[in-house]
Amino acid sequence: MTTVTADLPASYLTKENTIASWLLTSDHKRIALLFFASITFFFFIGGFAATLIRLHLLNPAGTLLQPDMYNRMFTMHGIVMVWFFLIPSIPTTLGNFLIPLMIGARDLAFPKINLASWYVFNISGLVVLFCLFVGGVDTGWTFYTPYSTMFANGYVIPAAVAVFINGFSSIMTGLNFVITIHRLRAPGMTWMRLPLFVWAIYAVSIVMLLATPVLAMTLALVALERWMGVGIFDPQLGGDPLLFQHMFWFYSHPAVYIMILPAMGVVSELVSCFARRPIFGYEGMAYALMAIAVISFFVWAHHMFVAGISIYAGIVFSLLTFFVAVPSAIKVFNWTATLHKGSISFDAPMLYALGFVGLFTIGGLTGLMVATLSIDIHVHDTYFVIAHFHYIMVGGTVSAFFGGLHYWWPKITGRLYPEMWARVAAIVTFLGFNLTFFPQFILGYLGMPRRYYAYDPAWQVWNVLSSAGASILAVAYTLPLFYLGWSLFYGERAGANPWRATGLEWLTSSPPPQHNFPRTPVVRAAPYQYNPADGSYVAQDGSVNA
Amino acid sequence: MRSLRPEPQYATLAQQTETAQLGMWTFIATEVMFFGALVFTYFLYRTQYGEQFRLAAQDSKLLLGSINQAILLTSSLTMVMAINFGKEGRQRLLVLLLLATALLGLCFLGVKGYEYLEDYKSSTVPSLNYLLKPGHHPPTELFWVFYFIATGLHAVHLTVGLGLILVLIWMAQRGRFSPNYYSPLEVVGLYWSFVDTVWVFLFAAIYPLGRAAT
Amino acid sequence: MQWVPFWPRDASVTAQSIDRIFIGELALVLVILAFVFGLMIVFGLRYRHGSRANRSGLVKKTWRWEIGWTVGSLAAFLALFVWGANMYVWLYDPPRADLEIYVVAKQWMWKAQHPGGQREINELHVPLGETVRLLLTSQDVIHSFFVPAFRVKHDVLPGQYEAFWFKATELGRFRLECTQYCGTEHAHMGGDIVVMPPADYARWLSRQGEHESLAQQGEALFRKYGCSGCHGTNSTVHAPSLAGVYGGLVHLEGGDTVRADERYIRDSILLPRSQIVAGYPPVMPSFAGQIGEDDLVKLVAYIQSLSPIDGASQ
Repeated sequence: MTTVTADLPASYLTKENTIASWLLTSDHKRIALLFFASITFFFFIGGFAATLIRLHLLNPAGTLLQPDMYNRMFTMHGIVMVWFFLIPSIPTTLGNFLIPLMIGARDLAFPKINLASWYVFNISGLVVLFCLFVGGVDTGWTFYTPYSTMFANGYVIPAAVAVFINGFSSIMTGLNFVITIHRLRAPGMTWMRLPLFVWAIYAVSIVMLLATPVLAMTLALVALERWMGVGIFDPQLGGDPLLFQHMFWFYSHPAVYIMILPAMGVVSELVSCFARRPIFGYEGMAYALMAIAVISFFVWAHHMFVAGISIYAGIVFSLLTFFVAVPSAIKVFNWTATLHKGSISFDAPMLYALGFVGLFTIGGLTGLMVATLSIDIHVHDTYFVIAHFHYIMVGGTVSAFFGGLHYWWPKITGRLYPEMWARVAAIVTFLGFNLTFFPQFILGYLGMPRRYYAYDPAWQVWNVLSSAGASILAVAYTLPLFYLGWSLFYGERAGANPWRATGLEWLTSSPPPQHNFPRTPVVRAAPYQYNPADGSYVAQDGSVNA
Repeated sequence: MRSLRPEPQYATLAQQTETAQLGMWTFIATEVMFFGALVFTYFLYRTQYGEQFRLAAQDSKLLLGSINQAILLTSSLTMVMAINFGKEGRQRLLVLLLLATALLGLCFLGVKGYEYLEDYKSSTVPSLNYLLKPGHHPPTELFWVFYFIATGLHAVHLTVGLGLILVLIWMAQRGRFSPNYYSPLEVVGLYWSFVDTVWVFLFAAIYPLGRAAT
Repeated sequence: MQWVPFWPRDASVTAQSIDRIFIGELALVLVILAFVFGLMIVFGLRYRHGSRANRSGLVKKTWRWEIGWTVGSLAAFLALFVWGANMYVWLYDPPRADLEIYVVAKQWMWKAQHPGGQREINELHVPLGETVRLLLTSQDVIHSFFVPAFRVKHDVLPGQYEAFWFKATELGRFRLECTQYCGTEHAHMGGDIVVMPPADYARWLSRQGEHESLAQQGEALFRKYGCSGCHGTNSTVHAPSLAGVYGGLVHLEGGDTVRADERYIRDSILLPRSQIVAGYPPVMPSFAGQIGEDDLVKLVAYIQSLSPIDGASQ
C-alpha cells in the first residue's frame, strides 16, 4: 500500500496502515472500501456463472454442462448477483463513503454496527461459497415450494441460511443510514437541501428495514420445513403452495426497488453536475423516490398473475403496478429536462448516467408490458421477463454504479482515472449490453421459457446473438479493473473538486481526512446550484465559484 | 469515573443518547415485521382451518403458558425498576433488580423447556412424534408447527436479551452508569419490553383458542 | 402477424387478442422511447459544452411541466391497464366449455385424460374451433402449462385444481412447454397440442381402444373406496346425497354458502372437516394420502356426472 499512498498528505488512507487498523476500523470510508472488495469479488463469481450459462446456451441441445450443473449455475447466478452484489453495491460502497460527507457529519451514527455489517456480510458470503463448493442448489433464486422444501436435491438449507444471514447485514446498514440522515445533518442541512443521493439512500434504507425481515422469516420457514420434514407449506397438511410465493414476493418486489433507488440517486448527482445546471424539479424527484419506496410494498403479486391467484387480486395488483410506474416516469422526464439549457460534457460518468437513462427507460417501459395482465399471461416466466429485469438491474443499476464509481473515484482515492479508457468502457458496455439482452425480448415472445438448459433449435440464432453480446459485456466490465487499478499507482493526483461540483463532499480534500471535515460545515445553499450560462456554481456551504 | 464524552460524530452526549434510542426503536420495527410475518400467516391458516386449530389448541399447556406470562410481565416490572434506580445512581439496587430480571428470564426458559417436554409426552411435536388424534385432521399439525416456531424464535430473542442484561450487570458493577449516563439501560429495557410484548401476543394467539365455554 | 419474420404462430382466439394489445403497447412504448431518446440527443447536441445556444432563463416553475407529464403518464398507463385487465377477465373467466379435459402434471411429463377415459402422455389432441376447458393439477411440485402459439399459460399446483380455457383456430401441432422450474428435466417437460378437425378428433377418440369413461371409472372407485357406504342410497349413515350436488349451492355449518365446483368436491374428499354441510355430523373420514391424483380426477368426474346441468361428461 505504500506506493499508493506515498507522498500523499495525511488522509483516511494514510493514517495508520496496519491490517488491524483496517479490519477493526470504525471509519465509514474504510468500511466502504472493505465492502467494495467483497462485492467486487462476488460480482465476478456471479459473472462467472453468467459466462457459463451463455456459453452453454450457444447450443440448443445443451451439452456443455450437465442439466443439474446448469440448473445450479443459474440459481447461483441469481442468488449471488441479487444478495451479494446488486443489493449491497451502491449502499455499502458509495453510500457508506458519501453519506456522512454529503450531510456534513464526521461518521455514521453507529460506526461499530457498520463494521459488524461487513463481517456479517462476509460470514453469509462464506456460507454461500460453502454451498457452492459442496454442490450448489437448483431451486432458482426464488426457492419456490414445494420443490425447495420437499423435492430439490441440492443444498437448500445452506443457501437459505446464507441469505438469512445476509439479510442482517442489509438491516444493519439500512438502520445506520436512516438514523444518520435523521440525526447527524450539519447545521443548515434541511431535508429539502439534501442531495438526491441522500434521499435515495434514505428511501432505500426504509425499504431494507421493513422488507428484509419478512424474507428472513420466509426462508427460515423453508429451511425449517426442509430440515424437519414438516412445515406450513406442505400440501399434505393443508398448506397452501401459494403462501410461500406471497411471502417471498412481499420482500422480493421491494427488493428490486432496493436495487434501483440508489442508482437513481447517483444518476441525479451525475446528470446535474455534467449538465452544469440544477436538477429539473428537485422536490418532485425527492417525492418520487419516497413514492416508489412506499408503493413498492403493494405490488408484489404481479409476479403471480398466472400462479393461481383470483382474477380480482390480479386486477388490483396490476393497477397498483401501473401506479408505481408513474414516479419512475417522472424521474426519466426530469432527467431529460435537466439537459435542456445545460452545458453538457460527456465525461465517462455522464456517459454511464445517460446510458442508465436510456436502458432504464427501455426496461421500465417493458415493465408496463408485463404489468399488463393479458400480455403477462404470454410472457411470464419466459426470456421476456429476463430481458426486462436485466435492462433495469444491469443496464440500470450496474451502469449507475460504474458511473458513480468513476465520478467519486478522485474523492475516494485522490487519483484521476484515465478518461479515454473510461469512455471506451462506457460505450462498449452500452453496446454489449444491448446485444446481450435485446434478443431476449424476442426469445421471450417466441415462447422460450426461463431456466431451460436445452431449447427448440429454432431459437438458436437469438441465443447466439445474446451470448456474443455477453462476451463484449465481459470485456467492458473487466476493463475498469485494469485502468482503475493503474490509476491507483500512476494516475494524476486529484484536487479537492476536479468536477467543480456543489456537494459538501467536494469541500474537503481528496482523499478526505479521517474525520472528514476540519470543522463542521454550515450549509447555506440548496444542492445543484450550477449556472450553465457562465459555468459558475454555488457550493452547498454558500461559497460562490466562478 | 470515566469522562463522559460523546463519540466524535456526535455534538453532545444528549444527541448520542437520543440517537441510540431511535436506533433501538427502528430495530424493534424490523422485529415487528419479522414476527408479524409469522403471526399473520398463523392467522391466515387459523381462519382457513378454524375447527382443526381449535381442536389442536386444546392440547396446549394453558397453566404453564400462564405461569410464563406472569413471570415475563414481572420481569418487565423489575427491568423498569432497575432503570429507575440507575437513573438515580443507586448502583446496588440497580444490579439487584437487573439480576432479578435475568433470573425471571431464566425461569421463563426453564418453564418453557418443561412445557416442551410435556408437549413431547402428549405427542404433539411435529417431525418428532406427532400423532394424529382420533377425529383430528392433518391441519392440526400445522397449529403445532406454528407453536414451536413462534415460541422457539421468541425464546431465542429472550436469550439474547438475557445476554444483554448480563452485559449491563457487568457494566453496572464497574460503575459505568450514573444520573448523567444510563442510555444502555434504557435501550436494553426497550428491547426487553419488546420481548415481553411479543410473548403477550403469542400467548393470546395460542392458549385461549378452543377453550371458550360453549 | 405471420408477415413479421420472427413472429410466433398464433393459433387460438386469445392469441390474436393478445398480439393486438402487445402491438398496441409496443407502439406506445416506441413513441415514448423516441420522445425521450430524441430529446436526449437533441439537447445533448444543442446544449453541449461550448455550443452557442441560449442558456438563460431556466424554467423556475418546473411543477407545471411535472404535473403535465405526470397526468399524461398516469392517463396512458391507466388506459393500458383497463385494456389488459379486460382481456384478462375474459381469459380467466371461462365461458361454457364444449369439452373438458383433465391434466395431471408430474416430474417431468404431462398426463391428459379425456372425458371418455382416453389417456395421453405429453400430447393433447383437441378439436378445432371448440372451447376446451382444462382442469389441471400436479402430483408433486408446481409446474406451468404454456402453449406459446395459443398465448395461454397457467401454473399447475399440487393439492388443488386450476382451470383455464382455449379455442384453437389453426390445425396442426403446437408446442407445449413447462414454464415453472420443476427440477432437473424441466427443460424437457414439453409436448404437443394436436389440433384436428372435429370429425377427425371424434375418430381419434374412438381409435384409442375400449375405455370406460372417466365417470364410469369413477363410479367403480366410488364403491372401491367405500364412499357408497355412506353416500349410497341404501346407507343408514346420515350423509349428504351427491346426486345433483355438482354445480349447485351448498349450505355449510356456520351459515356460509359455497358453490360445489371441482375444488369443493376434491376438498371434501381430502379435508372433509374443513367445510361441513349444514345439518350433518362431522364424521366423514379424510382420504388424504390414500387417493392419488389420477383417481381423484375420476371420482370428481363421476360426481359431476350425477348432476343433470353438467353437459361436459359423457
